[in-house]
Amino acid sequence: MKTINNVVCSFCGCLCDDIEVGIENNKIVKVKNACSLGISKFLNYDKHRILKPRIRKSNEFINVSLEEAIDECVEILSNASYPIIYGWSNTSNEALRIGVEIAELIGGVIDNTTSVCHGPTIIGVQDIGESTSTLGQVKNRADLIIYWGSNPLHAHPRHLSRYTALSKGRFVKTRKERKVIVVDVRKTATANIADIFIQIKPNSDYELLSALRYAVNNGEIEQDEVAGVPVEKIEELAEMMISCKFGALMFGLGLTMSPGKHRNIEAAIALVTDLNKYTKFVILPMRGHYNVTGANNVTCWITGYPFAVDFSKGYPYYNPGETTIADIIARGECDAALIVASDPISHLPIESAKKLSKIPIITIDPHETPTTKVSKVVIPSSYVGIECEGTAYRMDGVPLRLKKIVDPPDGIVSDEEILKMILSKLRGD
Amino acid sequence: MIKVILITGRNLEQGTSKSIGKFSKEYMEKLAICELDPEDLKSLGIESGQNIKIKTNYGEVIVKAIESKQAPHKGIAFIPYSIWANLLLGSSTNSSGMPTFKGIEAIIDVAKEGKILDLNELLKEKFEMI
Amino acid sequence: MKILIKNGYVYDPLNKIDGEIMDIAIENGKIVESVSGEVIEIDAKNMIVMPGGVDLHSHIAGSKVNAGRLLRPEDHYKDVEKKTNVKRSGVGHTIPSTFTTGYRYSEMGYTTVMEAATPPLKTRHTHEELNDMPMIDKACLSVLDNNWIVLDYLSKNELEKCAAFIGWILNAIKGYGIKIVNPGGVELWGWGKNVKTIDDQVPPFNITPREIIRGLCKVNKMLNLPHTIHLHTNNLGTPGNYRTLIESMKCVSDLSDGSIILHVTHVQFCGYKGYSWITLSSGADEIAKFVNENKYVTLDLGQIVFGDATTMTADGPFQYILYSLSKNKWINADVEAETSAGIVPYRFKKKNYVNAIQWSIGLELALLIKDPWRVFLTTDHPNAGLFTSYPKLIAWLMSNKAREKILKKVNKRAKSKMILPSLEREYSFYEIAIVTRAGTAKALGLKNKGHLGIGADADIAIYDINPKEIDPSKEYKKVRKAFRKAAYTIKDGKIVCKNGEIVENIFGRTYWVNVDIPKDLLISTISEVKEKFEEYYTVKMENYAIHENELLKSAPLKINSNL
Repeated sequence: MKTINNVVCSFCGCLCDDIEVGIENNKIVKVKNACSLGISKFLNYDKHRILKPRIRKSNEFINVSLEEAIDECVEILSNASYPIIYGWSNTSNEALRIGVEIAELIGGVIDNTTSVCHGPTIIGVQDIGESTSTLGQVKNRADLIIYWGSNPLHAHPRHLSRYTALSKGRFVKTRKERKVIVVDVRKTATANIADIFIQIKPNSDYELLSALRYAVNNGEIEQDEVAGVPVEKIEELAEMMISCKFGALMFGLGLTMSPGKHRNIEAAIALVTDLNKYTKFVILPMRGHYNVTGANNVTCWITGYPFAVDFSKGYPYYNPGETTIADIIARGECDAALIVASDPISHLPIESAKKLSKIPIITIDPHETPTTKVSKVVIPSSYVGIECEGTAYRMDGVPLRLKKIVDPPDGIVSDEEILKMILSKLRGD
Repeated sequence: MIKVILITGRNLEQGTSKSIGKFSKEYMEKLAICELDPEDLKSLGIESGQNIKIKTNYGEVIVKAIESKQAPHKGIAFIPYSIWANLLLGSSTNSSGMPTFKGIEAIIDVAKEGKILDLNELLKEKFEMI
Repeated sequence: MKILIKNGYVYDPLNKIDGEIMDIAIENGKIVESVSGEVIEIDAKNMIVMPGGVDLHSHIAGSKVNAGRLLRPEDHYKDVEKKTNVKRSGVGHTIPSTFTTGYRYSEMGYTTVMEAATPPLKTRHTHEELNDMPMIDKACLSVLDNNWIVLDYLSKNELEKCAAFIGWILNAIKGYGIKIVNPGGVELWGWGKNVKTIDDQVPPFNITPREIIRGLCKVNKMLNLPHTIHLHTNNLGTPGNYRTLIESMKCVSDLSDGSIILHVTHVQFCGYKGYSWITLSSGADEIAKFVNENKYVTLDLGQIVFGDATTMTADGPFQYILYSLSKNKWINADVEAETSAGIVPYRFKKKNYVNAIQWSIGLELALLIKDPWRVFLTTDHPNAGLFTSYPKLIAWLMSNKAREKILKKVNKRAKSKMILPSLEREYSFYEIAIVTRAGTAKALGLKNKGHLGIGADADIAIYDINPKEIDPSKEYKKVRKAFRKAAYTIKDGKIVCKNGEIVENIFGRTYWVNVDIPKDLLISTISEVKEKFEEYYTVKMENYAIHENELLKSAPLKINSNL
């Protein structure tokens, strides 16, 4: 067995880069240091694979050559008036760069899963900014750690041990020296190991964040409770926040997905910004997929905008709520879709998923999903970080290079290569 | 019948089983479920493991009720991300780009005889071409 | 490809050519003695021929620049670029997208740009953006002065090991030189604090900003890097900070053997007299006196241009102060064990007392400092102004009348405090060539740039303006127009731009320093440092490093260190 060290895991936004992988006969047989999510990916990447490109012809899938699949893809995209290219969070920056160029060429929309994940976070940042840092800053300095609407023990399992409460930093070395607070509507697994758990009424984060901000700025709250939390608790929390040496507020989809959306985020950002009058405080979004941050960055440096970019007028145009995938599909406006490394049929609300399934879909993905089942063209690809190299950005923007560990199945190439072929054909090279 | 606030979200089972494969038996067992607070199970008069029907303004689905290990959260139902969860969600984003995946009002009924559709059956029922 | 540029008025200060009518011959991307056979002839009669512009300090690529783009969608709506057959689409204004950045530099006849500050941990991101920036050659300066391992070594005065480590970092992240930003202050910003003087202690490192600057100056010499240390001083943007600037320059005076050993950047932001915003006035007088008498320093202006700007620096605490003053949106992004970044949108207004004083300081410095080889034209893009405003700056330097036009409109109380109205000096085309290309290339140590001698890279700008017929002093508008859109931009011997329009989309090189460190020293230093490194950071040392093939066109400078 051959061991490869310092492998970067390609599951969640933690992008842990200390994984040890054992290979035998071009197959991963052993994984060390990864959490259950990472282990699951490293040991199951070869299951449910699509092994041949296929095209749907009168309700039946026919296996075709890669060239034929690319031709069909190009045919669909060239004839579309308002195509959307979506996905991206589970593939490399290199693939997305090509995707943006394709979207620009065909005058379509390029969007990524941020749209239905931390899109509201980005909109909040665009409204008021954010005081943030890389995760090592939290590891080394933070004596107050808050998880709000986020359950890392289930979604980012090594977050605490690598970066926050259970990590060993230069200035803060032990768990005892840190206070951990969890705010959530349920007593989650993460809440269970916190020093303080604040159970909040659903859909009232905005109120609680505003009340905290008010208390931090020395206001006196006149109600007895806000969001189901007694005022004494709120004032105690505000005091902890002001008197810490370095506070870090990490938040997840509890804030972005509940009613209030980006306003919830603005309230959280404003609270942290105000706290910087009294002490050092940062806010970090818990990004889900391993390269959704890369997707935002690539899209942003090429177009100026981090997601939901519409090229139909020949230049980049951004208007979330109008150019975001959920809205474009709900309006029934797009007439073709290229989906890369994503499963929107599974993760969009059902009426949208149904509408999406009615237009020709091209899906590039390694394994079977509901989206591949309803697509017109399916092109299998390799896994970045396992079967091909690529660059990805951690949730805090730290860029890492993912390794190739094993060869992909015969005839399977990377997203990047497939997209290059599509681009080349579209350009008539 | 009970009224709840519905939360859809991530959990470990959802993360690990999607790597195993969305059409695997494991995926359906782990994801076509709804986590309820023990008191809510009592109100419904059922045990963990029995089928329930969840209904919102946007749709309905039959899944298996499970006693939550992340309680207390009386009045809140948790379904992991999946097509089963999304059958209950509306498409409107209120111009934010983001549909509402958490904090939706729902009604839960016992559905002892109800059948949980597997992914292939679900796709057949909801999407014309399969 | 062979090109012959005929009949142009050539300004090539590095070769002492001052407006001579000469032919310039190009072959295979280089300037050659002569060409024959199939030659493309460009008739540059009545036009100026200069080396392509070399910008030595501009924020164009990397995580904080991109955070700025993300922060300001409202900035992009004002200025969009449609896709053409040659150009990718994009957005402009204060923080252009990467393709648009490359195009707009090229349209002005610029061919080399130095990204001013990149945090080593995130430099892979900088290179990805530079890969997507066409038309220009580029490099990036690495922020190293608040790096924990560097500070550990400097505080123990272990300079050889410090040099070995920095040599390793520059090699690992493909950086070009040592950037210093608010030394010590940015480390304290990790706790929300700052330094006030260059002799403040920086716990727990037992070091002062003075010692950091001196230490890195010595390390720079030991590594024999092509550029000097590049310093953004403490107390940036604070009334009274001209004293900090002079002290910072003084603190390395004994380290010079006559050569230039320090570059101070965007000096306008460091040139403030007074003790409050109301009493703000220009410290240009004293600074210029020091610079004129002390020949070991170069500097760039960071000249204000009235209008929109986006401030973005690694100076976290300064950016917080600016946020507090302006109440605009604010991004702060610390980088573990290394540095920080802050972004605040801003707008400079003529009628604003402070902005008007700020505007005068850069110009006063340019006019009072006698040696054009040591003062360079920049706007610290996009902090004080946009790089697309360089033609405006050129007009201001060449024409008292152009300055007077602005002076008529600025805040009157500010004007009464300025010495600018009394300064009548006007730059010549020769001097403009120095401060925008010859001098900057020399300061950066890019031997094949900034001049038109045999063997130089064929990076050339032709401007449609007749230096014999035009009086730049009176006809400054024509000067501005000519420099705004080059008649021709030639890059590596290819015509890439005509009349300010891109005609060919090409990609330039990324320069970095490949320093030759004695093997034993390198191995012992890295093995000593590895454990601490992986304790301080959250990534493995192996993954911190960038592979050469991640750069689109890697162009390492092989450097023999003095170690």
